[in-house]
Amino acid sequence: MLTDEPRLSWDLLADVRHLFDFPFMVNAMRAGTIVAVLAGLIGWFMVTRRQSFAGHTLAIIGFPGAAGATLLGVGVHYGYFTFCVAGAIVIALVPRAAESSFGEESAVIGTVQTVALGSGFLFVTLYHGNLNGLNALLFGSYLGIAASQVVVLLVVAALAVGFIAIIGRPLLFASLDPGVARSSGVPVTLLSVAFLVVLGLAAAEASQITGALLVFALLVLPAATAQLVTTRPAASIALSIGFALAVTWLGLGIAYYTPFPIGFWVTTLAFVGYVFASSGRLVARAVRR
Amino acid sequence: MIFLASMLGHPFMQRAFIAGAAVAVLCGLVGFFVVLRSLVFTGDALSHVAFTGSLGALAFGLSARLGVYVATAVVALLLAALGPRARANDVIIGSVFAWTLGLGVLFLSIFTATRATQNSTGGVSVLFGSIFGLNAHDTLVVVFVAFGVCAVVAFIARPLLFLSFDDAVARSRGVPVRILGYVSIVIVGITAAEATQAVGALLLLGLLAAPAATAGHLTTRPFRAMGLSALIAVLAVWAGLTFSYVASWMPPSTAILFVAAATYAIVFASSRFARRRLGVF
Repeated sequence: MLTDEPRLSWDLLADVRHLFDFPFMVNAMRAGTIVAVLAGLIGWFMVTRRQSFAGHTLAIIGFPGAAGATLLGVGVHYGYFTFCVAGAIVIALVPRAAESSFGEESAVIGTVQTVALGSGFLFVTLYHGNLNGLNALLFGSYLGIAASQVVVLLVVAALAVGFIAIIGRPLLFASLDPGVARSSGVPVTLLSVAFLVVLGLAAAEASQITGALLVFALLVLPAATAQLVTTRPAASIALSIGFALAVTWLGLGIAYYTPFPIGFWVTTLAFVGYVFASSGRLVARAVRR
Repeated sequence: MIFLASMLGHPFMQRAFIAGAAVAVLCGLVGFFVVLRSLVFTGDALSHVAFTGSLGALAFGLSARLGVYVATAVVALLLAALGPRARANDVIIGSVFAWTLGLGVLFLSIFTATRATQNSTGGVSVLFGSIFGLNAHDTLVVVFVAFGVCAVVAFIARPLLFLSFDDAVARSRGVPVRILGYVSIVIVGITAAEATQAVGALLLLGLLAAPAATAGHLTTRPFRAMGLSALIAVLAVWAGLTFSYVASWMPPSTAILFVAAATYAIVFASSRFARRRLGVF
């Protein structure tokens, strides 16, 4: 049994080539690449707009979606997309924090999130499925990704990226200064709803690879790191996508050679990057003084 | 009456009702401050830390309860230390807790591989709670911790309210803003650890947010809202437990959450409606 497990040799090139020996790894790499680009881009806007909590909730909503789809016997990605988009609309309907007092927005998001998780647990219980299925939904699995799934991912990602490219400029304006944007005729509320729906789509996409609980890491960490490095939007977005790609590829590679799950490697690598960037910034500031 | 007697005749139901009420009172009280001070995302992060803490302890063969209390208290202090005025911004919270989740996954896989006897039910009960599985000792610990933390909350409630409503004035009157910030975050952490045992790490956020937000719609007086929040939480827990007892396919934690969320949705909608009729909105 042990002899079948992949071992690292000293030849790095051979090891990397060995990664692509199996079709499932090739599919995993393709899917990971698509998800990383999308998460890096959408995550950057999410961090800029201070909507991490909404992002986390939308990411989690994929779990009941997938569990419900399994229960009904339809394709898992239908469940992911339906639930994430519906959740985005519910969150968007509630007034944003600035417009209401008493932390209403975050209370609603929190309630939506736990209702979603509770329903997911209910669906899994009703399904009487094995609990390993539950773990795969929550924590992801890069093993059984089919080629057809990669195509679906690619189409949805292309749509989402195209949409962001169209609304990117006004969205950035509305994110940085909603008041001024509104007064100069930018449809702030509409943009906010549209962005949440795209965020829901991105979360649904990424959930299929990293699992519902870890999507959030790919959304928030590369973007937060990139924003520490540079404040210029274009450079920062490119960096964010780059970090997301690097973290996903490395995570997949390491997870292949170790017994530990991919979710752990991806989050750890991304977090280490973030800590480096923030300590580097602290040092730079101290030096400048 | 006969139904109630037969339901409460089971020792496991008695324990669930007692422990559930203790957790609910605590969540209701602490939840009020969580919603008021917009700490819901922090509560979210700490609830996931509770998951990682208990699985970490399980993975290394320690007591899950010890792990959950230590982990949430330590991370709560860390989050407080990372932000100005003991309130970290959401990017920092998000980054810390994304990694915490990753660690939790690692611990889950170690636990599943080495210690779990069958199919990682330990992990599932941490995630979604196992309130029907509490023994007498667990119940006692839950009640005592809830009592202790409630006492602390009662002690700091007044200055904390002052601080939450008017930061600047509170500061100038000599309220120890920073210490209160730390204490309140640690209290949220301990509450998360406590509630993990009842409704699970993934669902406790609803018990923190929904009853408090409901109470906030029903009254504007802070102390009345706190009491109401605790009451709503207790009723939601009891109703959820009863529902789950009648319909055995319904997991108790999900039932509790559904009751709390439905109450919130109804009150939210009717207060919107009332305000619109009064012409305020």
